[in-house]
Amino acid sequence: MKKLVTHRLFWPVMALLALIVVNTIARPQFISVTVRDGELYGALIDILRNSAPLMLVALGMTIVIATRGIDLSVGAIMAVSGAVALTIIDTSGDPGGGATVAVALLVGILVALVLGVWNGFLIAVLGIQPIIATLVLMLAGRGVALLITDGFITTVTSAPYKFIATGYVIGLPFALFISVAAILVISLLERRTALGVLTESVGINPEASRLAGVRARGIVFGAYAASGVLAGMAGVLYSSNIMAADANAAGLYIELYAILAVVLGGTSLMGGKFTIAGTVVGVLTIQTLESTILFLGVPSAQAPVFFAAVVVVVVLVQSPRLHRFARGLFAARRPDGGGPSAPPPTPPTTTEQTKAEAVR
Amino acid sequence: MTTTTQTEAGRPTLADRYATFMSRHSSLMPTFAAIVILIVLLVGAQIAFGNFITPRNMSALLLNNAYLLILAVGLTFVILTGGIDLSVGSVMAFTGILCAKLLAEGLPAIVAIPLMLLGGAAIGLLIGVLVHYFDVQPFIASLAGLFLARGLAFVVSLSSIRVEDPAVLWLQRTRLTVGDWYLTPTGILALLIVAIGVFVTQWTRFGRTIYAIGGNEQSARLMGLPVARTKILVYVISGVCGGLAGLVLTAYSGAGYPLNGVGTELDAIAAVVIGGTLLTGGSGYVIGSMIGVLVYGVIKTIIAFMGAEQSWTRIIIGGLLLVFIVVQRFIVTRSERRR
Repeated sequence: MKKLVTHRLFWPVMALLALIVVNTIARPQFISVTVRDGELYGALIDILRNSAPLMLVALGMTIVIATRGIDLSVGAIMAVSGAVALTIIDTSGDPGGGATVAVALLVGILVALVLGVWNGFLIAVLGIQPIIATLVLMLAGRGVALLITDGFITTVTSAPYKFIATGYVIGLPFALFISVAAILVISLLERRTALGVLTESVGINPEASRLAGVRARGIVFGAYAASGVLAGMAGVLYSSNIMAADANAAGLYIELYAILAVVLGGTSLMGGKFTIAGTVVGVLTIQTLESTILFLGVPSAQAPVFFAAVVVVVVLVQSPRLHRFARGLFAARRPDGGGPSAPPPTPPTTTEQTKAEAVR
Repeated sequence: MTTTTQTEAGRPTLADRYATFMSRHSSLMPTFAAIVILIVLLVGAQIAFGNFITPRNMSALLLNNAYLLILAVGLTFVILTGGIDLSVGSVMAFTGILCAKLLAEGLPAIVAIPLMLLGGAAIGLLIGVLVHYFDVQPFIASLAGLFLARGLAFVVSLSSIRVEDPAVLWLQRTRLTVGDWYLTPTGILALLIVAIGVFVTQWTRFGRTIYAIGGNEQSARLMGLPVARTKILVYVISGVCGGLAGLVLTAYSGAGYPLNGVGTELDAIAAVVIGGTLLTGGSGYVIGSMIGVLVYGVIKTIIAFMGAEQSWTRIIIGGLLLVFIVVQRFIVTRSERRR
């Protein structure tokens, strides 16, 4: 039991479960999943389907944050890749053709890869601060997307392209398969090979890992490239969902929500240790919270207030200073009558304290 | 042998003087570069269009960018301490719509304006407390501030509210003219904020503490400087500047709108960086941020003159930001090597 409570995923999962329970009590149909024409429907399925773009972006963000970086440009990359893909479909003679859609997808994601490599070049080779290097693309990227779409919102009709976001395969949304595939690929790469450990070592101390023979530059470079590709896929999904390339609205603030999802999942922004499962839980929590806020009848524009409250609570819970304060509170109470059941946590407390000191 | 060294020491060549100046004032270099860019842009535009540097055009430059100037000054304080404030654009939107709402409810401007400044200060205080007392990264703390202010703006009103208060509209409509030059109270307010910012950062104990914290927080603490108070105060200053910018923008557009200033935080950060302030903190000038805002404004005006699309503004600003960052990076690595 104690092991369960101290597991790093315990609190994120509890938060998600609590949200689901509250929703189910408020409206019992929330939990129900119905089958219609062999396809599954329900609020939970919707949450899974709608979370796909954020899931992709947050996965990339997790790896970037693990290297002690941050990628602010993902929203702009989404806008560019969506604009490129839709423009290719729009200008081709056969918008409904499979070949056209395949080319559009490929080129859209390739452009995103190029943008990710550009970020990686600025950060890993030129050594620019990640927040600033990606800020450049965040500013310029939407300009590029506007240029591609000529400042208009390009709308197209193409059945195969629309299928990506809204189609169903064996009763489940196709978008869900994309996000599950991305989760599997990333976790296999990062957890079944040494790559994950190397990424963490770079995040904890880039200089020391370089001296230890880790190719820190390559790993940082790869992280931003991967983040770019995942953002490109998210951009395609987003544009497929609304069947329009909106350079201004596509992926707006998604970088902030992705960072929030990563932090909610328990990955520290200081770099180093990261958890992909935590990010998945974080994304689902954000999506569930959004659906809850909508259910409460709060206009979606006001939702940021709730997210602000969540951010504040989460960062406070993670704050080492608050932990020390809480420990002090318990330590002060124990002599009065803590009882024999109180665990003797003196050695772990001191090590954790020194750890907290070291981090600061 | 000795004679040659003597002559070299006795009569420093121009190159020597240049090297000495550069090493002593390396933190001024990015700001100089920004001034050079501004002059090149102005002269280039004048040559290209013939009617660019006109009193009317230059006066409009200050008027149109007054809100950004105020935001950039507040943000410079935060960045000088090595922090960042992403909330400024949203705070501006929140205080702007709050002001419009309060005025629409019939409150006099003399009550509404202090209230909006207080609102900005409160959000700044929240960010500052999170940053200092709970060791939250400035990025995340101000992200919470961004969400909070943007959401609150929509809580105040979901649609835009017109402002009919004569006192607020006076800020915008009054024009003090000298020949073809004109200056509005909003412009005067922005210049006043710049002047206060320059004074506080360069000539007060508080200003020196800001630079010390940005240089090395640990050293500043060991020297006994009031780190906690200063760090929290810079976020409050940024919040108050957000409130003032909200007032200026409300006067400028004649209405409060909850979607105002989406992405303005990035424009403001870009302006500060172009003005030569290092994002690592400890180096930069408020006056540089003013130059950065003017560079930004001139680029926008040039693009309007060319009749090109708005998309180019973003691309050019992004490119310019990149150039400045690379230049800064170069300067920082060189000064580190010298140590």
